Amino acid sequence: METATMLPEVTAAGVIIKAVLILAVIAAIAGFGTYIERKILAFMQRRLGPQHVGPYGLLQLAADGIKLFTKEDIIPQHANKIIFAVAPVITAATAFIALAAVPVFPDFTIPLLDIYVPSIASDVNVGILFVLGMMAAGLYGPLLAGMAQANKWGIIGSARTAIQFLSYEVVTGLSVLAPIMMVGSLSFVDFNNYQADGTWMVVYQPVAFVLFLIAGFAETNRTPFDLLENEAEIISGYVTEYSGMRWGLFFIGEYANMITIGVIASIVFLGGYNDFWFIPGWIMIIGKIAFSFFFMLWVRAAWPHIRPDQLMWLCWKVLMPLAVVNVVVTGIVMMIIG
Amino acid sequence: MYEFVAFYIFAIATTILFLITVMSKNVLYSMTSLAAGMVLISGLFFLLGADFLGVVQLIVYVGAVMALYAFAMMFFDATKDVKEKQQNPQLVFLLGGLMALVFVIMFSAPVIGDNIQALYPVVDGVGNAQAVGMVLFTKYLVPFEVAAVMLLVAMIAGIILAGKKMDYSLTKCEAIDEEMSVELEKGEE
Repeated sequence: METATMLPEVTAAGVIIKAVLILAVIAAIAGFGTYIERKILAFMQRRLGPQHVGPYGLLQLAADGIKLFTKEDIIPQHANKIIFAVAPVITAATAFIALAAVPVFPDFTIPLLDIYVPSIASDVNVGILFVLGMMAAGLYGPLLAGMAQANKWGIIGSARTAIQFLSYEVVTGLSVLAPIMMVGSLSFVDFNNYQADGTWMVVYQPVAFVLFLIAGFAETNRTPFDLLENEAEIISGYVTEYSGMRWGLFFIGEYANMITIGVIASIVFLGGYNDFWFIPGWIMIIGKIAFSFFFMLWVRAAWPHIRPDQLMWLCWKVLMPLAVVNVVVTGIVMMIIG
Repeated sequence: MYEFVAFYIFAIATTILFLITVMSKNVLYSMTSLAAGMVLISGLFFLLGADFLGVVQLIVYVGAVMALYAFAMMFFDATKDVKEKQQNPQLVFLLGGLMALVFVIMFSAPVIGDNIQALYPVVDGVGNAQAVGMVLFTKYLVPFEVAAVMLLVAMIAGIILAGKKMDYSLTKCEAIDEEMSVELEKGEE
């Protein structure tokens, strides 16, 4: 709170500029992420990936964008039309609302207009819980999409959404609980300042870090746990009947969520945006987020996906007891030392 | 000013959504509006500066309503309207109306009588989570522990109900495979 008094006052204009910035930059990165993903997967699997449109296939992104925007928007005849239309918006909107409470870019002041743009759009003092809660609400998108489209694959997709949510949610909560106990605050700024001496949280909490990463994969439907749209088993799950930009919104939401998980992992476990040796903090945080994004693609290239019952077994019988033991051990150690 | 506008937006939206929850005959509409209403109520908490309670409202009800969806998925066809059997609509209307009236009187009486005092006002420098924790672990310790024991009982009961054949894997069970193949053969004939 001491630093807040030194900074210029946060005005409504600054927050609005920040919101537009987040929306524009993250949506663009999310689009670019699809290209990166295809290219990296291709290199890992000894293929070439997109290469015909533009140099190194870079304009593939623009081609895909044009395709998505101009494609016919189909709503199935017997689908529940309102819910069908709302579902993709829920996924994308909650992903961006979650980004409102995390520090995304460094703060700066626009020179001529003298508007201060803060680093966090809305600095709620329960930041980490807000972000996790909002990302959890984002799973209503796939759930409603599957139920509204009157398609059996869709229903299976939404049933899998429900079990996936009920499985990983407990693990996410319990795994971040141990770092929260050590820091004694729910604010991202306090997490960052706690690691200002250069010792990253992952050194104290390796188990919590691994658990959080596993739960994060489930939260963003990344590959070992991409049960919702597992095309080998259930066509495309909850997105079976979607086309055009509605389909695109699901993926913008998914990539935004991947970035959010990267931000949380970087700030809570990997030292946040503190300076490291001679490297300034903002380069460090971008590097860490980029690495966690790359890590998600790496895992996708390396691992097969698992069955729903294996996910439930993993979350409830392995990860949850581990997380509880971790919390208890952390509590006992803190009681003895502190 | 912002708070004033935001309060009315949240209040009106929540009321309309919960009305849809009660009035709609479609399972999907009523569940979706229930979930959306629960999320919007957390907005009211944020407006009051109770960030922690707002987030708890968000997390708890998102999960709880998700479990309700799972049941709705099992028991109803989400794309069709549900036909409700009402034996005596007048009685339902009367009882429901009376209950609503009693609740309104209960909650509005202290407001009208100016009898509301903040027992635990917000302390500067103490976060929301800490303030809730202090009250919870001092004054309300016994209800808190009782709630914990009740949840434990519910969990054990759930495990006993669901766990009759826990050590028995459906995917690995050969007997079921054989039954399935026999049925498939019958079907082909």
